[in-house]
Parts: sequence; C-alpha cells; structure tokens
Amino acid sequence: MKKLDRKQMAARVARDIPEGAYVNLGIGLPTLVADYLPKGREIILHSENGILGIGPKPPAGEDDEDLINAGKEPVTLLTGGCYFHHADSFAMIRGRHLDFAVLGAFQVSAQGDLANWHTGAPDAIPAVGGAMDLAVGAKKVVVMMEHLTKQGESKIVERCTYPLTGARCVDRIYTDLAVIDVKADGLHVVETVEGLSFEELQRLTGVPLKRLASAA
Amino acid sequence: MIDKFVATPAQALADLRDGATVMIGGFGNAGMPAELIDALIAQGARELTIVNNNAGNGDTGLAALLKAKRVRKILCSFPRQVDSWHFDALYRAGELELELVPQGTLAERIRAAGAGIGAFYTPTAFGTRLAEGKETRRIGDRDYVLEYPIHADYALIKADRADRWGNLVYRKSARNFGPIMAAAAKCTVVQVRETVELGALDPEAVVTPGIFVKRVVKVVPAQRKAA
Repeated sequence: MKKLDRKQMAARVARDIPEGAYVNLGIGLPTLVADYLPKGREIILHSENGILGIGPKPPAGEDDEDLINAGKEPVTLLTGGCYFHHADSFAMIRGRHLDFAVLGAFQVSAQGDLANWHTGAPDAIPAVGGAMDLAVGAKKVVVMMEHLTKQGESKIVERCTYPLTGARCVDRIYTDLAVIDVKADGLHVVETVEGLSFEELQRLTGVPLKRLASAA
Repeated sequence: MIDKFVATPAQALADLRDGATVMIGGFGNAGMPAELIDALIAQGARELTIVNNNAGNGDTGLAALLKAKRVRKILCSFPRQVDSWHFDALYRAGELELELVPQGTLAERIRAAGAGIGAFYTPTAFGTRLAEGKETRRIGDRDYVLEYPIHADYALIKADRADRWGNLVYRKSARNFGPIMAAAAKCTVVQVRETVELGALDPEAVVTPGIFVKRVVKVVPAQRKAA
C-alpha cells in the first residue's frame, strides 16, 4: 500500500475545503494544510490569537514580532484580513462561525470523542490552548493524524484512554491510510490509500468500520 | 485636566501590593508588556496571582517574574512551551499553583469580569477533566459548564498608541488580550510605543476607550531590552 506522507495528508485535507470557507488549522500537522489549499479558491484562515486572513510565511528577514499565528510562528496578513481581540476570536469559534477546524489527535473514538491535549502521564505539564473551544465550536471538526502509533496501535479506538478534549465532536478523520466519517451509527470508510483493501484497513483499526455506500 | 500619562513604568506600578491579581497581556511575545514586567520585578511585590495565556518563555519577562519567585498562582491556557523551563521547574517542585483554563474560557472569563457578568455557561470542556467539579446544565440540546469571571487588581498591557485620555490602538496580533484585560482590572496600566495629542486617534478606530485605562507609559525603543 502507499501510505500518505505528511504533505500528501495535508493536500488531501486541503482538497475538501471549499471556496469561501472560514478555517482554523491546529498547531503542528494541520498547519501544513495552508500550503496545499487549492489555488483559485478564496479560503480564509483564522488564528485564535486574533487574525482572519492569514497569508503565507514572510520572506526571510521580514518577520514582524506583532504578527504571529497560534503556533507563535511569523505569518503575514492577506489583503482584506483583519485583527480582533481574544474574546471576539473565541466568539467566532464557539459561536459556530468557523466552517472547519482541522485538529491533530492522539486518539479518536468510534463515537467521535477527541483526545489531543494531554497524554495523561502524571508528570506531564498540561496545556490545552484553544483545542477544547475548537472541538465544540467549529461547524465541522476534522482530525488529521497518523492511523497508527509508533508502536503500531490504532489511534482510532473504542474509548479514548487519554483525557478527552471534547466528546462526540469529530466529524471526519483523515489518516495516512484512509478517510473516515464519524456518524451516529459508526465509522464509515470514505476512501483508502492505493493498494489498501477495506479488510486490511479493518484489521489495522481497533474498532468496527463500515463501507460507505457512496463516497462523500 | 485628565492626564493618564505617567513618566516611568516604576511610577505606574508603585502602589501594586503583595497578593495582587495581575493580568498580563500578550500571546507569546506579541503584545507582551516587557518593560512593565521588568518594572514589576524591580518593584518587588510578592505572592502574586498572574493571568496570562502562557507561563513565560526563556529567561525574560514573565519567566523572569516566575524565576524571582514572586508568583503564587498562575491562570493560563498553555503553560508548556519548549522554553518554559522556569515554569516547569516551579510547577514540578509544587511551588506554583496552576489553574489551567481553555483559551476561549480564559478570554470569556476576563471579558465577563469587565462587562459585569456574574457567570456564564460555555459548551467548552464539557465532559473533560477541566470541567470536573463544575456545575453543568443542559440548555436546549447542548451541555454547558458554568464559569465565573476573573477580576484583577491590575492589568499590564501593551498597545501601540495612546492619547492622554487613555484611548488606545494596538498593532496587528499584539492586540490579543489587551482590550478585555483593560476592562477587567481595577487599575489598567498600558505601555505604548507612542503617545499622541487628543484628537490624533481616529474616533472610529479607537479599540480600547480610555474609560478602561488608568495609566499610560511611553516606552521609547532606546530603553527596550532584548526580549
């Protein structure tokens, strides 16, 4: 089978984001999606720290310490972009104004529970940021993650063993092996990577999967 | 004549007492009022409760305040950073109390304090360990968690320009927590790059009206220390 690399995963997610969408990309892997948004579509990226209309990274030497994204990396502002304070920024998130949130994850359960903020290790320093707000607030919450842990265990699980970020909040899961929709009656496989059969994906995944009758 | 301009950061913080709750603006270094934090360290107040999105980076600013052991408790959403070693050490040693708050709940609790709201229900964190022990309520078809405002004695924030009435405009994403912290504190102290005459700020574009601001200190770039 041909596993997707990180860039291919980002391109796959980007393909599903429609013209005119307001989108928040989480820190880490999801941030890569910005580089693969289809040319010709006007898509507005939101950042928790108070930006709508994030543009590409600035050229070397042109960083502005007052213009950073939620990952604290230097960014630029698109023409037409704007700034606002933190309470307005999270009103956009919780108030269901964002069309998409793309989040990373440690685990997603068969019911769409998301765990992405805490490993649960007793000595871990907890940090949550805006993850819990995005999980409950965006109209569509999609997760982007490797299908398996480094130890080969499925990150799609019956019940999350890591502390939850949000309950029943994930709509779709993009992995390096498949695209899977979370629905009321379970997990529906939308597509698998080239050379990976449904049966093999099922064998690798910790919970029962359904074949989607017609791909979304 | 109203004149909120104060000559130095030290003068602006002279009456800050031990045990005060102090909001500090900024998200990472953007909007971090570095010179006011330096003045707070020099001023010597102890047993502080600090409200900030993070818990300090590197060895300067908020991290230096923590290192000087002036802080009893911190409320923030994202303390863990690659360079948050002073926070990490104090937290692990049990010398610093942490109240971890989801970022949007942190912002809304600050906003609620400034707006005179007694409490509010938010869907954020329902069903997670950050809602444990909190009152919850089902409203319509959603579950919510009851959250209370965060009031402060002082807010230390950074803006770009101010007039002597304390009207403020900010610069780019450095605005972040400034406007809501300004309203939530009894005494809001602002450091700015530039002070201007009354009337020089476009009234349509004032972001924080002066009613929320007590003191303004101009920090000239020459006095700036490396961040």
